[in-house]
Amino acid sequence: MSRPQDDQEVYYRGIPTIPYDLLKELLIAFVVSGVVIIALALALSSPDAPPLTIQAWAQADPVDFVTTATSELAGTSFSSAYGPPYTDGSDSIQAIGPIAPQAWAGNAVHLDTAKDFVLGPLATAAVGNTDLASALTTYGSADDPTRQGWLDAYTTALADATAQNGAVAVAPGNYGPVPVLMANLLGVARSGGLDGLLLASGQFYATNYTGPLLFMGDGGYLAGLAEDQHLLGSQWGMMNETGSYPGQEWLWLYSMWYQLPPYNTAPNADLLVVLTMFVLTLLLALVPYIPILRDIPRWVPIHRLIWRNYYRWRRAHPESASN
Amino acid sequence: MTALGSDPAPEPADGSWTGAARRLLERRLPLNHLLPSRQPFFVGSWVYVFGVVAITALIWVVGSGVVLAFFGPGWWHVSSIGRFVNSIHFWAVQLLFFFVVLHLWGQYFMASWRDGRAKTWLVGVVVFVAALVTGFTGYISQQNLDAQWIAINAKDGINATGAGAFFNVLDFGQMYGIHVMLLPIIVTTLVVLHVLQVRLRGVVRPIEEPAVAAGRKPPEAGA
Amino acid sequence: MDAPATYVQFAFIVISVPNLLVIVGMVVVFILALLAPFPGHRVIDPDDDDRPR
Repeated sequence: MSRPQDDQEVYYRGIPTIPYDLLKELLIAFVVSGVVIIALALALSSPDAPPLTIQAWAQADPVDFVTTATSELAGTSFSSAYGPPYTDGSDSIQAIGPIAPQAWAGNAVHLDTAKDFVLGPLATAAVGNTDLASALTTYGSADDPTRQGWLDAYTTALADATAQNGAVAVAPGNYGPVPVLMANLLGVARSGGLDGLLLASGQFYATNYTGPLLFMGDGGYLAGLAEDQHLLGSQWGMMNETGSYPGQEWLWLYSMWYQLPPYNTAPNADLLVVLTMFVLTLLLALVPYIPILRDIPRWVPIHRLIWRNYYRWRRAHPESASN
Repeated sequence: MTALGSDPAPEPADGSWTGAARRLLERRLPLNHLLPSRQPFFVGSWVYVFGVVAITALIWVVGSGVVLAFFGPGWWHVSSIGRFVNSIHFWAVQLLFFFVVLHLWGQYFMASWRDGRAKTWLVGVVVFVAALVTGFTGYISQQNLDAQWIAINAKDGINATGAGAFFNVLDFGQMYGIHVMLLPIIVTTLVVLHVLQVRLRGVVRPIEEPAVAAGRKPPEAGA
Repeated sequence: MDAPATYVQFAFIVISVPNLLVIVGMVVVFILALLAPFPGHRVIDPDDDDRPR
């Protein structure tokens, strides 16, 4: 191959050049963009809606909290049944025919919602609490059908539950130790203790919020906050930001598919959207090689505007470009 | 490319790898291409400025990001100076994507991949994708309601691909580390490569200009 | 700025006013960049020699 300086000399032969100070342009652009950025930062600040804690959730909506916690204990929550990479369930496995990368990747987190979200934290909280300790023993020594009966009955009763002075009241029924477990879990949550217990991993440092985020995601309260801020997937939420700030507008195309059939009703919508975007990104990357896509700029006369000086010069110097 | 020995080298090859690397760089990227003081006269449109502005926005993003990383992820929630630095980070990111997309539009309508510049376009698209992932991990690293919901909402898409088994959006430590260390290095390196690619070949000639000088074929992709 | 944004809807498209402003801004800046003369660049005089001044 020839030397690039020769290449450029040949490539631009016959075309006049002008002085052009790239570094000066860079510096001016840096200063101007800095002024714009700092002005926006001073005038508009940046979004920072406070995070939801388990404590705030349990205080604001105890019924939703207890309903969610009961579903975690019963193994019927969204997360319990999710499947890879969190649990051994299968409800959220997405596949296209035999192509099921989610199932292939397997369960990496090994979450047990009953143990990790309810029974484990309660066992820690049971120190010095004989009522709770005895309820945990009763629950632990019961057989599965008995537990299932308690949980089913309590879950049904929770549909009409009311919050009274920070506690959850349900109609009387045969719930076994479940109401004691839930009352204690709610108490620990309202005190802020559950925020810590859900992060306790046996290691001192905590940086992994998989547990508490899944737990909160299973409830209705966080989703309600998100809906208020237009953050749900069905609301183009991927593009949106809390408050009146611009969000990730650059995700408009990704977000759009979720609003349209067949994506918005498909059980494997996420996989379909990811695949669609993968193909489209590949097309974008390969535009230089794809007929039609690479020819559109020739047909759309925007380049005539960008290079209007050049075309005017060419008309005056028809010989110079073909020397 | 041909073997080193067959090229007209400015000095004789001595078998040294270091010398060979220097000669390769001198030949492939002479300084007058890296820092030219003249341009073909058709480089005279604001459309050419979009890429430069995107680079300056990236400098502001990285600079404010360095300050935020230095003081740690919790700082900006409790310090007014921290909030201001975060605001610079936030608006610089908005400006970055604003001008990256304008740059993409401009380069598309100039068909800038012509005459052997397809790889430059390709790297540009990879930069864009890497910037998207950086933005995404940044939004998850915010430690606020937005971050919580984005993580919960986005996990299903990532899990559907199987990537959730090793890229856990609910693991703040993993996302934060990737955001402040790995991705900035990747994006910055790719941007440097992208700029070098542009400077190596120079800007593309205008469309429909029969680039017949020295027997060049009409503009085609690849080459 | 912390109050929830206003949203506008066109058919299936729901977009916040801040996002809409950014996108409209992009289109406007693109059009301006196409039309605005670039400083330091005079229009080439057809009668000029091949080096523009």
